[in-house]
Amino acid sequence: MTPFLSTDLIIEITYLVATALFILSLKWMSSPATARHGVWAGEIGMVLAIAGTLLNRGIVDYKWVAIALVLGTIIGVPLGKVQMTAVPQRTALSHAFGALCVTLVGTAEFYLRAPDVPKFMMSVLSMEVILGSLTFTGSLMAAGKLQEILPQRPITYKGQNIVNLGMLAASVGVAAYLVIHPDHIYLFPVIVIVPLLFGVLMIIPIGGADMPTVISLLNSYAGLSAAAMGFVLDSKLLIVAGALDGASGLILSVNMSKAMNRSFSNVLFGAFGQEQVAAKAGEEARPVRSATPEEAAGILEVASKVVIVPGYGMAVAQAQHKVRELYDNLTKRGVDVKFGIHPVAGRMPGHMNVLLAEADIPYDKLLDMDEINGDFPQTDVALIIGANDVTNPAARTDASSPIYGMPILDVDKARTVMVIKRSMGAGFAGIDNPLYYMDKTLMLFGDAKSFVGSIVRELSGGGSHG
Amino acid sequence: MKSDLITSLYVFMLAGFIGFEVIRRVSPLLHTPLMSLTNALDAIAVVGAILLAGEHKSTLSTVLGTIAIVAATSNVVGGFFITDRMLKMFKSSSKPKS
Repeated sequence: MTPFLSTDLIIEITYLVATALFILSLKWMSSPATARHGVWAGEIGMVLAIAGTLLNRGIVDYKWVAIALVLGTIIGVPLGKVQMTAVPQRTALSHAFGALCVTLVGTAEFYLRAPDVPKFMMSVLSMEVILGSLTFTGSLMAAGKLQEILPQRPITYKGQNIVNLGMLAASVGVAAYLVIHPDHIYLFPVIVIVPLLFGVLMIIPIGGADMPTVISLLNSYAGLSAAAMGFVLDSKLLIVAGALDGASGLILSVNMSKAMNRSFSNVLFGAFGQEQVAAKAGEEARPVRSATPEEAAGILEVASKVVIVPGYGMAVAQAQHKVRELYDNLTKRGVDVKFGIHPVAGRMPGHMNVLLAEADIPYDKLLDMDEINGDFPQTDVALIIGANDVTNPAARTDASSPIYGMPILDVDKARTVMVIKRSMGAGFAGIDNPLYYMDKTLMLFGDAKSFVGSIVRELSGGGSHG
Repeated sequence: MKSDLITSLYVFMLAGFIGFEVIRRVSPLLHTPLMSLTNALDAIAVVGAILLAGEHKSTLSTVLGTIAIVAATSNVVGGFFITDRMLKMFKSSSKPKS
């Protein structure tokens, strides 16, 4: 009996150390200087926990475990190598995989234990399976929209919210019945299949601009379902990891919602933008001032302080490397160049920072909305590349605007505003932007990448005889 | 059984508080790598899947467990890999930091 006990103890200790390493891992993420230690701590914790698990005497057959570990690694490596622009869809896909794992384990545990499942066990098992299933299909849908396999526009129909909420209520109802009558085994597939369908329908009405909130929310669900799995398996390590992930997703979704001045329910049930497009369609075109790359370069050349505001359009046009050239050129001339980044710029939290860091722009030049907003009145040029709604002054001034109250980057306070944009089309929320009609605003029409490239060429040419 | 359950609830609650305090301090600069890191850590669910596939209690549990290991392992490998790749790109302009 004694050696058996000691193996168990060793396993428990590996889990304990792994738990501590996971917490340290997230703690070290607080600063870019220590963040990579965080990844190492996480990796060591993970290896320890997996090694500890493999010591378990209950394992009688290693064949399938080994094959699955190898197969998972083969799939994981390319998922770790995707382009930085594809990180949002990769993240959504990994939420789907995490949720799939949790759902499958929960399903297997139910059929192993049924019909004698204690009430509390059945409650957490239901939570695990319901959250896992809806996160699985919801994340797949989100990944599909981000990869543009599925239409990015929100799709709405009459009674949509009633159908969706009805499905969720039905799954919870059946789960509650199973808690009281766990011997009704035939009902179990209902709490897997209905949430799977709900996950699909939940994402259909959500548009591209709401993705940062939705990804964060799915992240939180994935964490909570893993924590529920920890309760089912009585694994403290899993409870802690799930709780950390759940908390992280929740904080990010609250941040994202605040940055859009909207509530969770509004994001999930709002289907932004639909009526707005129709309402603005009748408005006649107002005059705007446009400028050539040459004129833009002339203004940037004599500026002393420039703030660049990137948005999803920069990612779509893959313009970040050209933006770096512009940054280099202006910095060499002694111009102070900074980047102002709105929390919901891009398709997931922190998306713009990763793209700009990839283009070798130092991270201390990347400033958060709250850090940069005080700088705009002293800024000569605010250059907006592929961002729209996050710069819309209507959010401050027009109480009838659907984005009224949303915190924005105060680019309109800069001396000159330049906007690189394909055409006068409205942004994802379908809302007109009064910024474009201001006297100090110059519209630079064209593809972000080639336009920034042309400005850089003008600046380099001008430098030779100036 | 009952005391185990209460202990688990305590662990969940405390981990939740630690999570909020620790993650609140993460700079918005690193929110994308934060999400891929928490996703990789979350894939610790693989330990449950390994037991399920290895204990071989029924054909169903072995099959589901095996697929679950594949899904979770791809998150472990891909998640840590891409997080490290992203973090490597973040460089400061003042090279020797005081």
